[in-house]
Amino acid sequence: MNLQERLAAGDVRALARLLTYAENDYPEAEEVIKNLYGRTGRAYVIGITGPPGAGKSTLTDKLAKALRARDNTVGIIAVDPTSPFTGGAILGDRIRMQELFTDPGVFIRSMGTRGHLGGLSKATQAAVRLMDIFGKDYIFIETVGVGQSEVDIVKTADSVVMVMVPGLGDDIQAIKAGIMEIGDIFAINKADLDGADRTKIEIEMMLDLNENKAWRPPVCKVVAVENSGMDILLGHIQEHRTFLSESGELVKRRARNIRNELMDLVRDRVMEFITRETGKKLTVDDLVQRIVAKDMDIYSAAQYIMEAINK
Amino acid sequence: MDKPIRVLVAKPGLDGHDRGAKVIARAFRDAGMEVIYTGLRQTPEQIVETAIQEDVEVVAMSILSGAHNHLFPIVVNMLRERGADDVLVVGGGVIPDDDIPVLKEAGVAEIFTPGTPTTKAIEFIKQNVKRK
Amino acid sequence: MSDMDSLDRIGKAKRDWEEQKLEKLLAKRPERKDKFVTGSNAEVERLYTPVDVEQLDYLEDLGFPGEYPYTRGVQPTMYRGRLWTMRQYAGFATAEESNKRYKYLLEQGQTGLSVAFDLPTQIGYDSDHPLSEGEVGKVGVAIDSLKDMEILFDGIPLDKVSTSMTINAPAAVLLAMYIAVAEKQGVTSDKLNGTIQNDILKEYIARGTYIFPTKPSMRLITDIFEYCAKHVPKWNTISISGYHIREAGSTAAQEVAFTLADGIAYVQAAINAGLEVDQFAPRLSFFFNSHNDLLEEVAKFRAARRLWAKIMKERFKAKDPKSMMLRFHTQTGGSTLTAQQPDNNIVRVAIQTLAAVLGGTQSLHTNSRDEALALPSEESVRIALRTQQIVAYESGVAETVDPLAGSYYVEAMTDRIEREAAEYIAKIDELGGAPEAIDKGYIQKEIQDSAYRYQMEVESGERVVVGVNKFQIEEQPPKGLLKVDPRVGEMQKAKLEELRRTRDNAKVNEELEKLKKAAAGDENLMPFILNAVRQYATLGEICGVLREVFGEYKQSIVL
Repeated sequence: MNLQERLAAGDVRALARLLTYAENDYPEAEEVIKNLYGRTGRAYVIGITGPPGAGKSTLTDKLAKALRARDNTVGIIAVDPTSPFTGGAILGDRIRMQELFTDPGVFIRSMGTRGHLGGLSKATQAAVRLMDIFGKDYIFIETVGVGQSEVDIVKTADSVVMVMVPGLGDDIQAIKAGIMEIGDIFAINKADLDGADRTKIEIEMMLDLNENKAWRPPVCKVVAVENSGMDILLGHIQEHRTFLSESGELVKRRARNIRNELMDLVRDRVMEFITRETGKKLTVDDLVQRIVAKDMDIYSAAQYIMEAINK
Repeated sequence: MDKPIRVLVAKPGLDGHDRGAKVIARAFRDAGMEVIYTGLRQTPEQIVETAIQEDVEVVAMSILSGAHNHLFPIVVNMLRERGADDVLVVGGGVIPDDDIPVLKEAGVAEIFTPGTPTTKAIEFIKQNVKRK
Repeated sequence: MSDMDSLDRIGKAKRDWEEQKLEKLLAKRPERKDKFVTGSNAEVERLYTPVDVEQLDYLEDLGFPGEYPYTRGVQPTMYRGRLWTMRQYAGFATAEESNKRYKYLLEQGQTGLSVAFDLPTQIGYDSDHPLSEGEVGKVGVAIDSLKDMEILFDGIPLDKVSTSMTINAPAAVLLAMYIAVAEKQGVTSDKLNGTIQNDILKEYIARGTYIFPTKPSMRLITDIFEYCAKHVPKWNTISISGYHIREAGSTAAQEVAFTLADGIAYVQAAINAGLEVDQFAPRLSFFFNSHNDLLEEVAKFRAARRLWAKIMKERFKAKDPKSMMLRFHTQTGGSTLTAQQPDNNIVRVAIQTLAAVLGGTQSLHTNSRDEALALPSEESVRIALRTQQIVAYESGVAETVDPLAGSYYVEAMTDRIEREAAEYIAKIDELGGAPEAIDKGYIQKEIQDSAYRYQMEVESGERVVVGVNKFQIEEQPPKGLLKVDPRVGEMQKAKLEELRRTRDNAKVNEELEKLKKAAAGDENLMPFILNAVRQYATLGEICGVLREVFGEYKQSIVL
């Protein structure tokens, strides 16, 4: 059997190998997705994002267990930052998910960002599709969690859970612009710590400022390490899912995401093409050198590249 | 650009001495590898399942309790059973010289004993890994 | 140390010396390195003078041995009165074999026992648990029930020896077994002498043999404090350990800082549980590492004593001087031993022994030369013990109290380590105390950073390790290494099977059920554990019940 057949037949190693190909930009992954594209779109994709130390991995672990208890299969994509200096990465999110390792209904994959900004790796979308084709009912994507610019998750997930911790205080004011738009559901983790109620009120207040939204994100308190509040959180995710499908938002949202992805894809391919094709005469680097040396202006350089494409 | 080598750094068995595992994990990262670290007390099943899902090219195990003769071969055999015999398996820790040939016979590619520079382990991996 | 006037003169003279003599010399003959550092990477000056210790107030900062702040030692006469306890950590495979080794060590002149347990015992699993496979009897003795404990101490009068047990997460169970063995020997618990390590926080930080989450673990510890204060008054209820923190790669100052921060957490937990500080604090003891940088290590021990005394007096308002005394056990640094040219380790251990003794330790374990290779052989253990005896009887350093006091270098370094440790403790307070700082991975990260830096220094050759990155030779593989009989696991399993067949299982279940109820409530668990132990409930059964109620700890790793 080839990889495609093995993937379709539910072979874990085939999925794992295709994920590697997707990450390494090898054409095999794309081929398989192309051929089995009809099988995509069935899984429900949940994004887990939030600041570092909020407990995203633990929360993902517990949500996955809750879904397993309901007989759903689960895929998890956990993204960690790649060092810009060495290209290496330590992928440590699995530490919090040890009991899931040997559950045949769960597949976990750790990824480095490999230079991609926005909180995910470039191959995340392809990874989601492969897990989807493989037949996972739910796919979790855990973002890097290093800061505020993790906007990619919205473009990839159906529901985004924003994980917060008590005592953020002024930080909420500072980062609200970034996060309030991202979260479909807010989970205040470590809610047994002081200040959980205050944090909840602050988030609720900020969410209320945005009145004209059809979906008002719910805010719930959880203690992931003690597995408490998971049913409520899962309930909110289901409500959001119902809302999306009944209001027609799910189709719109996915269409919007596909549009974004399509444009990104085209942009990538054009860039690849430019680097390859213009390189036959003048490389992009050559052009940059000329612009820096004032031998050429930036607009003429752009024109030069466009002409190369049109040929 | 070269695609990063993916390594699983694993602590099988019950011993809690993870200084070596953590140092080597960092050294691998600084050598440009993607390192999956899963923490203490990993069963062979957990290690093998992780290696497969993560599709790593290398499994590097560290053990200081003396249970290496028991645990390393189990991991190698389980990987083979699952068809992942292309994975390079290396081991480190307090491992007497007498045990090394036995472990190599069992399929562990190399054993790194205390005092081995991290660069030596990195070199070994770079030269012996089967790229995908 | 001196009055201001003479300090000024010394300062000026030093500058003159530097300008007139030194500069010329350095121009002709530069020093070996641009920067000199200690074993912990702290910068070392060329020369220390009274100016470097000008802040030092003899009476306030050093005082007299046996008096606050105990910088010079916890007893007035130190080793002139009694030498430190020479205590070799040992435990092999089965209780029968360990018992033999203990008797041998006692015959050789050792004065206290120290029990090493195998990993399944330390993590609360019986020898027949699937996770115990391959681990039974490997790093210490396997204890599954009171039966094994009876064999372990067979023929050793428990009212005559002091016994130190390296046991943490299931410390309450092993202590209960010890008490039960003593009962069978006719020795009441108030006559028992010894120590349990019982330090769970450093397990989370560095050693890894944890079982339960933080809160129930702290409860077990305070339950032991309370129980022993009433029933086992001579028992050291905890050995707050920096040893493993140092082994994990910390610096000397971090070792002091994180150990004392853990100590603060235990004291606070006990106070929160309703105990009076002076009721339990005199039974707290500590456990440190001894590394190769002789003078820095001596300074470390002195700094730890002074800082702890201040913490107990100022933060916890202790009144009993015994609450302020930092009494400690020392083990020489396992991570300093090399697999290369293992006989060199004898010399390292000798230096580390000197450091511990000059630092005023109460007891000492010296590592054997072959520990980087395998468990120590009998011959190696004897050399290690002889090393202590040579320092005690031949070196002369035990003949006076705190002989390095007043060394400008040692005093300056004592100050430096105390200051750095106090800064770390302040940072940990800010994070909400040691348990929180551990949960956030802060302490682990600080240690890992030090460990990684050290490794890189060794690999670059900046730091020389003799026989490893300099002065290497071609070596034959070492011979005569100790091997654990691989059948030990099977033997223990057979013993367990026999036990489960012959004991009164109804009674066992009854006691376990009672323990379970008590664990869910807030009664002191020691009496319940003791009752279960007396009925030969196994360690795994008791810990299993507690696992059910308490759950298990999840490691926090920041790499």
